[in-house]
Amino acid sequence: MSLLPRLPLADGIDAVVDWLKGFDGLFDVPKEFIGFTVNHLSNGLSFIPAWLFIILLTGLAFFATKKRLGLPAFVFFGLMFIHNLGYWSDMMLTLSLVLTSAGISVILGIPFGIWMAKNKTVESIITPILDFMQTMPAFVYLIPAVVFFGIGMVPGVIASVIFAMPPTVRLTNLGIRQVSTELIEASDAFGSTPLQKLFKVQLPMAKKTIMAGVNQSIMLALSMVVIASMIGAAGLGTKVYYAVGRNDAGGGFEAGIALVILAIILDRLTQSFNRQKGVA
Amino acid sequence: MAKIKVENLTKIFGKKPKKALDLLNKNTSKDEILKLTGNTVGVNKADFEVQDGEIFVIMGLSGSGKSTLVRLLNRLIEPTTGNVWIDGVDLAAMGDKELREVRRKKLSMVFQKFGLFPFRTVLENVEFGLEVQGVEKDERKAKAISSLELVGLAGYENMYPNELSGGMQQRVGLARALANDPDVLLMDEAFSALDPLIRKDMQDELLDLQQKMQKTIIFITHDLDEALRIGDRITIMKDGSIVQVGTPEDILTNPESDYVERFVEDVDRSKVFTASHVMKRPETVNAEKDGPRVAMQRMKDTGISSIYVTNRKKELLGIVSAEEVSKAVKENRSLLDIIEENVPTVHPDTPLNELFDVVSTSPVPLAVVEEGLLKGIIIRGAVLAALSSGQEVNKDESTTEASAS
Repeated sequence: MSLLPRLPLADGIDAVVDWLKGFDGLFDVPKEFIGFTVNHLSNGLSFIPAWLFIILLTGLAFFATKKRLGLPAFVFFGLMFIHNLGYWSDMMLTLSLVLTSAGISVILGIPFGIWMAKNKTVESIITPILDFMQTMPAFVYLIPAVVFFGIGMVPGVIASVIFAMPPTVRLTNLGIRQVSTELIEASDAFGSTPLQKLFKVQLPMAKKTIMAGVNQSIMLALSMVVIASMIGAAGLGTKVYYAVGRNDAGGGFEAGIALVILAIILDRLTQSFNRQKGVA
Repeated sequence: MAKIKVENLTKIFGKKPKKALDLLNKNTSKDEILKLTGNTVGVNKADFEVQDGEIFVIMGLSGSGKSTLVRLLNRLIEPTTGNVWIDGVDLAAMGDKELREVRRKKLSMVFQKFGLFPFRTVLENVEFGLEVQGVEKDERKAKAISSLELVGLAGYENMYPNELSGGMQQRVGLARALANDPDVLLMDEAFSALDPLIRKDMQDELLDLQQKMQKTIIFITHDLDEALRIGDRITIMKDGSIVQVGTPEDILTNPESDYVERFVEDVDRSKVFTASHVMKRPETVNAEKDGPRVAMQRMKDTGISSIYVTNRKKELLGIVSAEEVSKAVKENRSLLDIIEENVPTVHPDTPLNELFDVVSTSPVPLAVVEEGLLKGIIIRGAVLAALSSGQEVNKDESTTEASAS
């Protein structure tokens, strides 16, 4: 075994990264776009007064759960609690990071999922890539992300997207493939074009599964918040990160609990949207 | 000209069907081909014609290739070779766009498990075919509603399929197929998922609808009774091949192979055939509208000596004879004054063997009545014709003799 020379994998990857660095302009467009989105989103969200934001979100929860009281109460007290602890503006930054990452994951993920569902070869190529994206320790993405996009929110979003996108792709693919043959046949037999079939039959049938994927993507994006803070993505993650550095258990838990509250609100809200519409 | 003509239609499943096809042309059996090439023969050189306005039943046990065959007709499954001529155009050779046009305008399909879209209301389901054609919203709604009325589901427009019973769901399936006003209906085991009583109702309803619409219907089933009840002609399939095509009578009386014979041997025709099989459309007069003169004229036109009287709803009131009617004309009396209310009636589902007595003693044709409505009449000759062919009767006798001796 030791007779074989060590494979220069690390050197190879470095070379690829260096080579890609040469195409500076290539990364400017996504960088500008993501930066623009995150900034405007966080500015917009911070512009809303806290009391109004709390009322709006509580109201949304109230209607999304068909006028039950549990979730609205949780949203109201949870947000009041975060505000009370003084993490409001950090939460807004985190929220905009999560929403941007999840949004990009969905916008890219659903078309890829559809493509996979339509084409077996594509499926067999994308599946291992998704496995790679999900199992590779998320810290590793931070390195090239910094090289290409500098530090701050943008590389944080990029790393989150890579980590958070796979469930949306996978579940879109699964949802479309699960549509029963008879419904596909019905759609074909009445002379649907492939696009009509997709939009009138496959996507509506797969909607619940796709939404489950979107929900997962949001949760994964949220789980990247602390990691992304290591490369300067501001928000609740930074607070946790600092607390770790200062061995400050109290501060760490405060920010952590704020993250948990945010996670539960996002999770329950997206789930209730999913339940609300489809007629089972 | 035949509405649909199928020539040499073959489907071989699996990769590289060419070798299997060659073997098939050398009359190698299905099992042999599977062993040699790993390919499955779905449909083996099917040839048949379907006439305009005919109910053509394709029958076979599961695995006989009947569902594959019907999917070859609208190319939900691509044929390996062969032609499907519809109105003289070969469907098998069409491009995607033309094929879509044919599927939209000429062929509609009804599915075994209904194939309804669960997220769409009944109305939206029925509109589907029109929607993909790009028909205007108002127009497709109107068409969908009239199609729902046709199958007796008016008022259910805004329900979802899962809120309906199986029978009603299949009515929606039927309404969806009819909404496009297609020439040809492909019905793939359409009633097989329904329980027996509902199935029978649906069969009756299909026959009723067919009387009104005169579509060409290709009906797949594994149920011989169903095939005999609704088919104008029946095709029997085995192992992907067609073993016999013929009228129900042909199939029953002249089974061309042992396989068909075994299929039909348990069928006692006098039990299979019911009053509704042998009844014919009655000549009637409407007592609320027509007088004796109209009755007289109608009898003259059709050469009959008595005529049934109904009201506007087609409820049976009685019968009048030519003699009585001519008297009434002279004496200026109405039909109701001379009507004979005591007429022999039977239910449409009465088996023929229970009809013999009534039909042989009755001087007038039997009235077939369901829920008070006159559905048809039965003349003596029709019953005998349905049972004609000594073959089976003789066979039964000889076996009884044999066992007796």
